[in-house]
Amino acid sequence: MSKDTTTTKDDTAAPTEEGNTAPRHELVYFALRNRKLVIGLSIVGLLGLAAIVAPFSARSNPDAFVGPPMQPPSSSYLLGTTYFGQDVYSQLVNGLRQSFLVGIMGGGIAFVVATAVGFTAGYRGGAVDEVLNMLTNVLLVIPTLALLIIVGGYLKGTSIVFEAMFVGATAWPWAARAIRAQTLSLVSRDFVGLARLSGVRSWRIVVGEVAPNMSSYLFLTFILLFGNAILISASYDFLGFGPPGGVSLGSMMNLAFAWNALQLHIWWWFVPPGVAIMGIVGGLYVTNVGLDEVFNPKLRSL
Amino acid sequence: MLNLENLSKSFRGGSFGSGAVPAVRQVSFSIAPGEVTSLIGESGSGKSTIGKMILRLLPVSSGRITFDGVDVASLEGSALKEYYRKVQGVFQDPFSSFNPVFRADRIFRMLEREYFGDLGAREWSAKLHTSLEAVGLNPADVLGKFAHELSGGQLQRLLVARALLLDIEILVADEVISMLDASTRVDVLNLLAGLKERGLGVLFITHDLSLGHYISEHTVILRRGVVLEIGETAKVFGNPQHSYTKMLLASVPRLHSHWEPLEPGEPARTGPRDAPRGRGRRARGQPLEPVPLLVEVEPGHLVAFEDGGTATAGDER
Amino acid sequence: MSLDVQNLVVAYRTLRGDVRAVDDVSFSVADGEIMGLAGESGCGKSTLGNSLVRLDRTMRCLGGRALLDGTELPLSDWDAMDDFRFKKVSLVPQYSMSALNPTRRIGKMISEVVRSRKIRYKDVLPELERRLRLVGLPTDVLAKYPIELSGGMKQRVVMVLTTLLDPSLLVADEVTSALDVSTQRAVGGMLVELRDMGIVTSTIVITHDLSVLVQVADSVVVMYAGKLVERAPTATVVDAPRHPYTKLLIASLPEVGVRYAEHVLAGIPGHPPSLLDPPKGCRFADRCPLASAECAVEPPLVELESGHFVACWKAS
Ligand SMILES: Nc1ncnc2c1ncn2[C@@H]1O[C@H](COP(=O)(O)OP(=O)(O)OP(=O)(O)O)[C@@H](O)[C@H]1O
Ligand SMILES: Nc1ncnc2c1ncn2[C@@H]1O[C@H](COP(=O)(O)OP(=O)(O)O)[C@@H](O)[C@H]1O
Ligand code: SF4
Ligand SMILES: [Mg+2]
Ligand SMILES: [Mg+2]
Repeated sequence: MSKDTTTTKDDTAAPTEEGNTAPRHELVYFALRNRKLVIGLSIVGLLGLAAIVAPFSARSNPDAFVGPPMQPPSSSYLLGTTYFGQDVYSQLVNGLRQSFLVGIMGGGIAFVVATAVGFTAGYRGGAVDEVLNMLTNVLLVIPTLALLIIVGGYLKGTSIVFEAMFVGATAWPWAARAIRAQTLSLVSRDFVGLARLSGVRSWRIVVGEVAPNMSSYLFLTFILLFGNAILISASYDFLGFGPPGGVSLGSMMNLAFAWNALQLHIWWWFVPPGVAIMGIVGGLYVTNVGLDEVFNPKLRSL
Repeated sequence: MLNLENLSKSFRGGSFGSGAVPAVRQVSFSIAPGEVTSLIGESGSGKSTIGKMILRLLPVSSGRITFDGVDVASLEGSALKEYYRKVQGVFQDPFSSFNPVFRADRIFRMLEREYFGDLGAREWSAKLHTSLEAVGLNPADVLGKFAHELSGGQLQRLLVARALLLDIEILVADEVISMLDASTRVDVLNLLAGLKERGLGVLFITHDLSLGHYISEHTVILRRGVVLEIGETAKVFGNPQHSYTKMLLASVPRLHSHWEPLEPGEPARTGPRDAPRGRGRRARGQPLEPVPLLVEVEPGHLVAFEDGGTATAGDER
Repeated sequence: MSLDVQNLVVAYRTLRGDVRAVDDVSFSVADGEIMGLAGESGCGKSTLGNSLVRLDRTMRCLGGRALLDGTELPLSDWDAMDDFRFKKVSLVPQYSMSALNPTRRIGKMISEVVRSRKIRYKDVLPELERRLRLVGLPTDVLAKYPIELSGGMKQRVVMVLTTLLDPSLLVADEVTSALDVSTQRAVGGMLVELRDMGIVTSTIVITHDLSVLVQVADSVVVMYAGKLVERAPTATVVDAPRHPYTKLLIASLPEVGVRYAEHVLAGIPGHPPSLLDPPKGCRFADRCPLASAECAVEPPLVELESGHFVACWKAS
C-alpha cells in the first residue's frame, strides 16, 4: 500500500510543490484524519475481534440446547435463545467466525485468481487476452447458485471449506476484468516500455512495475471480494444450500425464517445475524469510500 | 546503420478482429550514424508505430528492420539484450516514462541490474555521474527524487542519460519535446543535436516542422503510414514538392507572420484524417489508397507521385 | 470592460504550507478581446484560469477580486459560482480532451452536462447541431464515442460544449498544445471564429507556445512564478518585449528556417523558483542576465506606454 498519490493525471501533469514530505507519511496523515475510514475499520475490526475470540467468549457449543426455548435477551442468555433453546449469542459469534473464514478464504482465492487472470490478460494482450476474456465472460453469466446446487448435489454434503472454495472460484470474474482494464492502461504507459528496453523480464515488469501502481486498487478489490464472499455465502446458507451442521450468519437467519421467528416475534433470533452482516458489509463499504478518499488526492481536503 | 525495408504494420481492428488497420505501409529509409533523421507527420500517421517497431516493442507485420545487416525480428533473449545495448529510445511523455511509485533513479537501477551486474558500486556511480553530466544535470539535483519533484526537461535529460549509459549507436526520440515548454525544448533539442556530434544516429520523431528543420540532416514526411516526401532536410524544406508537405509548412504557427487564411470554401480541416480513425473504423467498402511511387525530383530528394490531386483525394488542395 | 481582475491571490493548501501559485495579479480583458496567457510550466497559468471559473477545494482565494461586466464573481463560493459557471464563465480545462469519459457517447455526455445545469438537452440540441456544423464537425459525432474521434475533433467538441450558452468569458487552457500543426490551426481558428461570431465575449487563451498566441491573441500576459511580469498587445510582446524574461522566452523559440548547424538557440538556464517559499524581490533575479542590487526589491508593474505593462526595474 504505497503512495498512489502521483498516479492521477493532474498530479503527474502539474508536479506539486509538496515533494519532500514522504508520501507515506502523508497517507497516514490523511488516513487517520478520515472519519469514514476510521469508523469503517473500527466496525469491521470489532466484529473480527468478536469472531476471533468466539470460542472463549461463547458460553456454549452453538448447537447445544442450553436452556428454555424462545427466551428473550436476559442476563443469563445475552441475546436470548432460539426456538429450540440454543444460545443466540454463542451462535452469533461462531457464525461471525464462519463468515470471516469464508470471507478470507473465498475472497482470498478469488483475489489470487483475479489478479493472475487480470494481469496475464492485460499484460500479454492478443490471443491470450482474448481467451482469458472469453473465459471470464462465460463465468460472469453462469448462474452460480444453479452451479452450486448441481455441484453440491453431486459431491454429497459440502463443508465450509468447500463453500469458501466455491465462492472463490466463482466470484473472481468481475475483479479480473477490473484488474485487466487497469493493467491495460498501465501497460500503455511509457515506463513499461522503458523497463522492456532495459531488458527486464515480463513477470518482473508485472510484479515490480505494474502492480505497485495499482496497490490501492488491488487493496480495494480485496475488500470488495471479501465482503462479497461473506454476502454470497450468507445467501447460500440462507437459502439452505450451505454446509449442513455448523452455524453461520446465513444459516441462523435461514432457520429463524424457517421456524417463523418473524410471526412468533422472536426478533432476537434473526436481528443479530442480520445486523452483523450489515455491519461487516456496511463497514467494508464505508472503509472502501474512506480509502478512496485517502488514495485519491482529488477527494482529499485539508 | 539501421535500415527499414518496406516496413508495414497493421493492427487488428474491430472487436472481433475483423479488418486490419494499416498503420504503416511499405516504409523504407535508413538511420546513419552521426546524423539526425526526422520523421514528421500528423498524429496518427504512424510515427510512434515505426519507433516502437525499431525498439522491438511491437512486432513487424511485413518488411524488415536490419541493424548492421541483422534482421531485428530474429533477435531473442541475450541477442535482444545486446541489441538494446546499442539501440535505445526516449518517449514523448516524460511523466509517463517514470514509474510514479518509485524514485526517478529506478530507470538507472534497472539498467545496472540487467547490464552492469559485474560493475562495482563505485565504478557504477562514476559511470552514472559522467553520463548525467554529459546531459547537463547535476547528480545531486536529480538523484533520489520522485519524478513529480523534477521538471519535464530534467526528466527528459535523465532519460537521455539513461540511454547514454549503454554503448548506444541509435537513439529513437519519439516526440521527446512536445510535452515541454518552449524554453526547455531548446535545451533538450540542443542536447540531441550534440549527440550526433558524438557519432550517434538519432531518429527524431515530431509533428513540429520547425523542430525537425532545426536539428536534422534527413527528413521523412509521413501521412497515414505512407512516406510522401523524403530527402535531405535542406532540400525538403527549401523546395517542398508534395502538397501535403506544403500544407504542413503553412500550418506551422510562426512568431512573425500569421497563418494565411484558408482558401474560401475550405472547411476547417475535416479531411479524411480528421474523420474517425484507427481501430478498424475505415468505412467499409472504401478502398485503401495505393502506396504511391516515390520519384526523385533532385539528387537526394524523393517525392510521392501525385496524380493531379485526385488519386490521393483528401487533404490536398 | 468585460473582465477586470484586481490583485488576485490564489494559493494551494498543502501540508507544507500555502503554494501561492497566483500572487497579486491584476489585468483586464475587454469585450471581444482574446488575451493570451504565456509562461513556463508551473508559473501559475492554469491556476489563474481555473480560479476564475472553478476554484477546487485544494485552492483558496486569499485576496483580490474579479469583476465580470461589473458584477463581482464570488470566486471562493462554489455554490454561488454555479450561477455563473458554464453560463457566464466557461472553462476548457487542460487535458480535458483526453479526460472525456470513454464509455459515454458524445451526445450523452453533453446531455449529462447540460442537465446538471438544469437545462433540457432537447432545448439546446438544435443550437448544438448548428454550432457543430459551424466548426466543421458532422452532427453524427454526437452518436460517437470519444475514441472514435481524432484529437482535433475532441478538442472542438469540448469547445462547442463549453461555449454553448454564449459565455461572457471563455478560459481555454492549452487547447492547442497536444495537437499537431494542422489541427492546431483548426482549433486556433475556431477560437477566433467564436469571438468573431459573438458567441464568446472575451477569451483567455492559456499556452506556453507564444507562436500560437501570435496567431489568435490580441494581447498577451506573461506570467513568471505566480506574478504578472509583462502585458502588452501581441505584436508589442513579440517585436518589442521589455521584460528580460519575455525576451529570453521569445529567443528560445525555434522558427522554421533556423538550423542548429547555423544558429544554436539558447534556453533559459535554471528553474522557476518554488512557490512555497518564493524569493524576495524580483522572482526572476536568479536567472536574469540583467539582475543587479536593486532587483532585491520587488519591481512594481508599471505602464510604460499605453497598454504596455512591465514589472522590471531595467525596463524603463
Ligand atoms: N493541487 C495542487 N496542490 C499544490 N500545488 C499545486 C497544485 N496544482 C498546482 N500546483 C502548483 O501551482 C503552481 C502553478 O501551477 P499551474 O498548474 O497553474 O501551472 P501552469 O502555468 O498551468 O503550468 P503548465 O504549463 O505545466 O500547465 C505550480 O508550482 C504547481 O506545482
Ligand atoms: N495498439 C494499437 N492498436 C490498434 N491501433 C493502433 C495501436 N497503436 C496505434 N494504432 C493506430 O495506428 C495508427 C498510427 O499510430 P501512431 O504510430 O501512434 O501515430 P503517431 O505516433 O504518428 O501519432 C493510428 O491510426 C492508431 O490509431
Ligand atoms: S527586476 Fe531585475 S532581476 Fe527582475 S527581471 Fe528586471 S532586471 Fe531582471
Ligand atoms: Mg506518437
Ligand atoms: Mg497548466
